[in-house]
Amino acid sequence: MPAYLARRLMESILILLGITLVTFILLYLVPADPARQIAGRSATAETVQNIRDQLGLNDPFFMQYWRYLTALFQGDMGRSYLQRAEVSELVASRLPASLLLMVAAIVTELIFGLTIGIVAALRRNRPADHGLMIFSFVSISAPQFVIGILLLYVFAVKLGWFPIGGYGSFAHVVLPAVTLGFLGAGWYSRMMRSSMIDVLGQDFVRTAQAKGLGKARIILRHVIPNAILPIIAMIGIDIGLFMSGIVVVESVFGWPGIGQLAWQAIQRVDIPVIMGVTMISATAIVLGNLLADLVAPMIDPRIKTK
Amino acid sequence: MTDPVLSVRDLSVQVATPAGAKTVLDGLSFDLMPGETLCLAGESGSGKSMTALAIMGLLPKPMCRIAGGSVRLGETELVGLSDAGYRQIRTARVAMIFQEPMTSLNPLMTVQQQLTETLLEHGVCSRAQAPGRALQLLRDVQLTEPERRLKQYPHELSGGMRQRVMIAIALACDPEVLIADEPTTALDVTVQAEILDLIRNLQRDHGTAVLLITHDMGVVAETADRVVILRHGQEVESAPVRDLFAAPQSAYAQELLAAVPRLGSAPARPEKPQGDTVLDVDELSVRFDVKGGLLNRVKARVHAVEDVSFSIRAGETLALVGESGCGKSTIGKALLGLVPWDGSVSVMGRQIRGLGPAGLKPVRRDIQMVFQDPGASLDARMTVGDQVAEPLLIHGIASGSELKDRAEHLFRRVGLSADMMTRYPHEFSGGQRQRINIARALSLSPKVIVADESVSALDVSVQAQVLDLLQELQDEDGLAFLFISHDMAVIEQVADRVMVMRLGQVVEEGPRDAVLRDPRHRYTRRLLSAVPVPDPTRIRPERIETESLGSPIWPVGQGPAKLALQEIAQGHRVAS
Repeated sequence: MPAYLARRLMESILILLGITLVTFILLYLVPADPARQIAGRSATAETVQNIRDQLGLNDPFFMQYWRYLTALFQGDMGRSYLQRAEVSELVASRLPASLLLMVAAIVTELIFGLTIGIVAALRRNRPADHGLMIFSFVSISAPQFVIGILLLYVFAVKLGWFPIGGYGSFAHVVLPAVTLGFLGAGWYSRMMRSSMIDVLGQDFVRTAQAKGLGKARIILRHVIPNAILPIIAMIGIDIGLFMSGIVVVESVFGWPGIGQLAWQAIQRVDIPVIMGVTMISATAIVLGNLLADLVAPMIDPRIKTK
Repeated sequence: MTDPVLSVRDLSVQVATPAGAKTVLDGLSFDLMPGETLCLAGESGSGKSMTALAIMGLLPKPMCRIAGGSVRLGETELVGLSDAGYRQIRTARVAMIFQEPMTSLNPLMTVQQQLTETLLEHGVCSRAQAPGRALQLLRDVQLTEPERRLKQYPHELSGGMRQRVMIAIALACDPEVLIADEPTTALDVTVQAEILDLIRNLQRDHGTAVLLITHDMGVVAETADRVVILRHGQEVESAPVRDLFAAPQSAYAQELLAAVPRLGSAPARPEKPQGDTVLDVDELSVRFDVKGGLLNRVKARVHAVEDVSFSIRAGETLALVGESGCGKSTIGKALLGLVPWDGSVSVMGRQIRGLGPAGLKPVRRDIQMVFQDPGASLDARMTVGDQVAEPLLIHGIASGSELKDRAEHLFRRVGLSADMMTRYPHEFSGGQRQRINIARALSLSPKVIVADESVSALDVSVQAQVLDLLQELQDEDGLAFLFISHDMAVIEQVADRVMVMRLGQVVEEGPRDAVLRDPRHRYTRRLLSAVPVPDPTRIRPERIETESLGSPIWPVGQGPAKLALQEIAQGHRVAS
């Protein structure tokens, strides 16, 4: 197990290194000129050139990349071009809000997704199943900004149950978390349904019936634990999907997280911030997958961490 | 006159199909007496498993339903019983064990959890007593190291051990009736013998009535008191076991018994002129890496095949026999280049060591394979005609109308009609599918065919037909076969020479009669003595004590001790 963990961590670092390179290349190729953004529209070509020299933007690609990488290894993610702050400070101040939103969304989508999937599988090919699967289809297809605005209109504007936006109390979390978890609930319900149906047909479920066990015990003890196994790996991958959703949802609800930070930075070509947010997201995805792989053997004794 | 424990009257089961309800069990009646073993025997589709599920109330819903009749357990009528009523019956009064021990246990629960759950459900003992009871049950089914087994998960146990656990669960509440649905079909022959012994002993000690469902007439002869033979959901014949084997009354029972291969009864193999060597294998080894550690380096190796050498001549059949995991199938795969291997293999005098995909292509014209599962080895979405013709296309041998003619010829060759070519695999029976697989293997006119358990999945009557077909092909074309099988009786029918393998190495080889009728190695003897004999009058010989096989996994740099073969007679060689 320690050897496995060490190997996986090493792999993770390599993956992250690869991501820095790819992101750096992409940003290098972007036609927008950050120096022009900093200097403003009315600045002279000379001023822009000066800023470029100052930021080292005229250096060859690999020199810039090397500078970024060496700084990164010392914990320095650079300084924002436009906000007078270190990227690490900006990210650190925004991260808790995003993590809170993400955890709330994961809990939401798992509760809804798994419950719907289980009920649909147990009521297979009956009206309840059809109804739930139509719901999941809608939730997968609906764009998040539409869902967000719809929820805002109904529950915040019309009914006034929840605040329209902002951050602070439990009530603030509900609508963004539901919006973010809506898509995942659809996915998980479909996966859980097919996984349940698969397990319900297994020989050991027939054995459990032959033992004379009650239906509730068969479902809770024999079917659900086996059906949930393939879902665990998905949760790790899911964190990646969240990162794209978070940008949209945080803008709609005015949620002060890294999604908003990323959105602002992209609009203004604030390259150090974009790099910082990308690295944080990538780390979250890599860690999420690692976590999923570490949790799986605890639930499934057949998986050995070699 | 004692009353039967289980009494089935006019039981009918229907299955819903798109074409309407189909009766799969039609008016079956039988009585099961206390302490008796009744065998329901028949080929696939005879309705024998349906009977078991109907008694247990486990027919798959909503596709199947009991259309009529009665099942009485003592005073209780089971047909129409509520779910709650059935829960009181299952395992408490009627218990069942299934064919597939590998999948019949929950992979996420320990053996102890799966046992105690049953005990507690039926209130056999208190929660505090349950672990002790579970341990006692494992002792009853003679599982080795029972204390350790309790804490283990199903995947840590072998098939035979898992079936013992299943039996322990089934006997947890001391039921009146034990239904065993093909309990040993998925197991090796030596393990089968042990499990059947165990069931017999437990039955004797507990007085349980056993309803044994099997397709294997050898198992019937060794275990049954009475037999009911089923065909297409109807009873064909019902008789005490000795009467049935001595003088079967119905034509079907006569046919069925005649088709059963009997070890020791196969006719002598015809004398053949010595053909040319078509396949020459020298010191073939196959090892699979087991990786682990910080840098994922090779930690150990599975020594699947160790320095195996043999050769086959044209028109000859060499049989490879051994239990699961002995490496016999791996040899077949290595010959076709499906797994990496070491050593030397020449096909028709051409060395294939080190050949890439392009170099292997012409070799594959000479060596082809027929696999075990006739359904899974065909593409479900391609017509069978196209599948048989495909190798000819790939090798650029024929096209257009010539291709069609050739494929038609192949179909007729294996006893199918050419107008079947436009159909899909699901429209054929298992035996027909295996004929299609054989036609595909024959399409390139190979010199050697590797037949890996090619008749194991087929019913005996179909099996006999396919074996006849293979023999016919050999007689006409001088095909050489490498026939891989675990079934000694089948091997006796087809083989000229036999090689017995154990843990990747050959322990005995020689002419068929020498190896099968005068076995010298302990392991060969054990294998042979475990084969159930379809003769109920025979007194079972004392079984040769089982020994643990050992493991084929060795740390890097180590390996099993090489067995040296000594020649004790012309061509008969035995490991010391």
